[in-house]
Amino acid sequence: MSLTGTDVRNLCLAAFAFAICALLPFGDNGYWLGLGVTIAMFTTLATSWALFSGPTHYISLATAAFFGVGTYVTGLGIDILPFWSLVGLAGLIGAVLAALVGLATLRLSGVYFVIFTLGLAELVRQVITWVQNNTGQKGLYVLTDLDEAGIYWWLLGLAGVVFLAGWLIGRSRLGFALRIIGDDETVAAHSGINTARAKVLLFMVPGAVAAMTGAVLAPRYVYIEPSLAFAPILSFQVVIMALLGGASRLWGPLVGVIPFTFLLEAVSSNFPNQTTLVIGIAFLVIVYLLPNGFVGLLDQILHRVNTREAS
Amino acid sequence: MDILITGILLGGTYALIAMGLNLQYGVARIMNLANGEILVAGGYFAFIAYTAAQLSPILTIFLVAPVAFVLNWLIYRVMLQPLVNRAKNRGQLETDSILSTFGLSFIGVGLMLSFFGGDYFSYSFMAVPVELLGNTYGANRVLSFVMAVLICGALYIWLNRSRSGLSIRAIATAPASARLVGIDVKNLSALAFALGGAVTAVGGALISTYLTLDASTGVVFTLKALIIVIMGGVGDVRGTIIAALLLGILETVVASLLDPGLTLAAAYVMFLGILLFRPQGLFGKKPT
Amino acid sequence: MATPVLSLRGVTKRFGGLVAVNAMDFDVTEREVVGLLGPNGSGKSTTLNLVSGALPLTSGNVSLWGNRISGLPAQAINRKGVSRTFQLVRLLPSMKVRENVMAGAVFGHRRRWGHDARDHAEQLLEKVGLGGKGDMSLGQLTYIDTKRVELARTLASDPKVLLLDEWLAGLNPTELKIGITLIKSLRDEGRTIILVEHVMDAIRSLCDRCVVMAAGTKIAEGTPTQVLSDKEVIRAYLGDDDA
Repeated sequence: MSLTGTDVRNLCLAAFAFAICALLPFGDNGYWLGLGVTIAMFTTLATSWALFSGPTHYISLATAAFFGVGTYVTGLGIDILPFWSLVGLAGLIGAVLAALVGLATLRLSGVYFVIFTLGLAELVRQVITWVQNNTGQKGLYVLTDLDEAGIYWWLLGLAGVVFLAGWLIGRSRLGFALRIIGDDETVAAHSGINTARAKVLLFMVPGAVAAMTGAVLAPRYVYIEPSLAFAPILSFQVVIMALLGGASRLWGPLVGVIPFTFLLEAVSSNFPNQTTLVIGIAFLVIVYLLPNGFVGLLDQILHRVNTREAS
Repeated sequence: MDILITGILLGGTYALIAMGLNLQYGVARIMNLANGEILVAGGYFAFIAYTAAQLSPILTIFLVAPVAFVLNWLIYRVMLQPLVNRAKNRGQLETDSILSTFGLSFIGVGLMLSFFGGDYFSYSFMAVPVELLGNTYGANRVLSFVMAVLICGALYIWLNRSRSGLSIRAIATAPASARLVGIDVKNLSALAFALGGAVTAVGGALISTYLTLDASTGVVFTLKALIIVIMGGVGDVRGTIIAALLLGILETVVASLLDPGLTLAAAYVMFLGILLFRPQGLFGKKPT
Repeated sequence: MATPVLSLRGVTKRFGGLVAVNAMDFDVTEREVVGLLGPNGSGKSTTLNLVSGALPLTSGNVSLWGNRISGLPAQAINRKGVSRTFQLVRLLPSMKVRENVMAGAVFGHRRRWGHDARDHAEQLLEKVGLGGKGDMSLGQLTYIDTKRVELARTLASDPKVLLLDEWLAGLNPTELKIGITLIKSLRDEGRTIILVEHVMDAIRSLCDRCVVMAAGTKIAEGTPTQVLSDKEVIRAYLGDDDA
């Protein structure tokens, strides 16, 4: 693998930024750390989401389903296996689940995919509720000695892995194949690309990552029950943050996560009943004002600046 | 046997709801994910009319339909037409309309929560038993079924026998060609969308006579309507009706023999089966 | 006689009640340039679509060096060495010219990557007359240049059979001369080509053999001179009065 000067510089900057972020728990142990955990969580989810949905333009709403599965992996296994292995196991299960969903739906148009993933979290929640009702078990207790700072560092590590994976995929054959598929699927097929397989392979990434994120966050919830673990609203939040920032760049979703997290915090503290409304408005803003997110806006501004300089 | 009949009764109302979405997706090419919220709004309307003004839901329907028609027409003109105009291909329009109607759906839920709160609402209308083929059913369910049949029948006749109905079907089959033979695609698409919304709202008013609703149950109905439309083959009226009846029967069977909590799971399994084995639906054309 | 590179036997395509391609039979031998001709709507492009895997056959089969390729997905057919251009030029808008060409090289049966793919793409750009334009974006290209990019992409996978779907359509007289010269050079390299074309000058100067279709059926086969003076062919193109 050949690294250019710019590549090395970017990698060093990224490593430096991560190091700075890792210092947060030493500065504050309450509100800001909690916010940091939320931002780290959504950054991981949104960036991995955009890895798939950016090039393929398929909107996945399955995040909540994978996340919930991950929390349950920890919930069920916390007394049997060490924490780190549970995270890995969740990743594996998430990847397999994603592969199954992908094989079933990615051969078809994007609309079927959206609808299927829309109902997935609801479906899993119903099934688990039913299982719990019939086995008598209500919820699961997750008791660990992992504190907020520990969870923060886990999430930061996971975010780092996602960024690295995204960077590597972007430079790989798979990344190239997906960009071609996103541009013109007929040309992709006629250039020798197995489009269905490429899409399924890539879809396994956000599936695994969302499951691992859920596994890491389970200790924070302490008591897990289906409506908590499989909250469909999570999928929508991730979609909004990724699209608001812009799914065409690796750092795009990060730009969407930070302001939207603050916005949601502000709204849920001051007008707790209006969060649904805010989410609805956010969707409309994305569609009508920022179709390519903040990244797209930036591109437009730069383009205008460049053409003005050229003329 | 009574499971079968209950299922058919349920399916009839489902058919009405799915018909609304079928008009919107099949003709106007908009996957309206706010469909469920329109249904719930129709239900709220009927609820208020009944509890506040003692107005029978049968009459309320005649109020709900025009209001929903106008509202949906405005939604299409103001929010969705610009997306149709700017979309470079069908895939992009579908993505944009999904995001946009998601936004509408959330705003709809948010508004309903603000005005009505998060409580369930239901009312008792004609909850008297009726004898049918040896078993008793709620008269409200039977009435709802009859109304659904009448409305679906009227729609079917209009679509297949009238000139404007023919134009609508032409747009659903080939919009570009329809334009070439002088059909006003823009206006008729808006009309179809508005009509679809009106039909859904009427379905909501009918279903509220025997089901309990609340501000957030819209999404489940949207999902079911989507499953029915896709199962039946987009744009096809007979397919929608048959798929709706099948879903109604399947749900009732699962609820009676297994567990009421698994109805959505059952619908999903059916959906998955269709996607895997016959993605064009029961009556859709196989893509060449 | 050596096995033909491409063989069509009884190839039929039905769209509902319409028979677009009716029992097409013909062979293409190595290093041959075959012209697929016919009036509009005769099924020429559909036949190409059937060969390249863009559409599934209703019946019949297509073989590459004796091995059946019909029924395989388009990407498998491409990997076996069949490459094509499209009637309406299809390029990749998010990428520059060079990457568009590389797209053809990376996934084909030679699977190039990295510097290898880049150098290969540069060579091809030179060959089609776009040398040095690798960093341009698609919006800056003229119409014939976009066709050149697509041709380069098609050549990038070292195909054994080249399918050109009305590649010379829409060119002005100057561009047409350049285009014909370019395809001539491909022929002189020894490539096997199937050309769907309308431009008569090109057909006479490029094709070794022609197959003429009308309403989905083959009505004539032979050298350009033979088919273009065939009564049936003239009737198909111009109607009864001129036959």
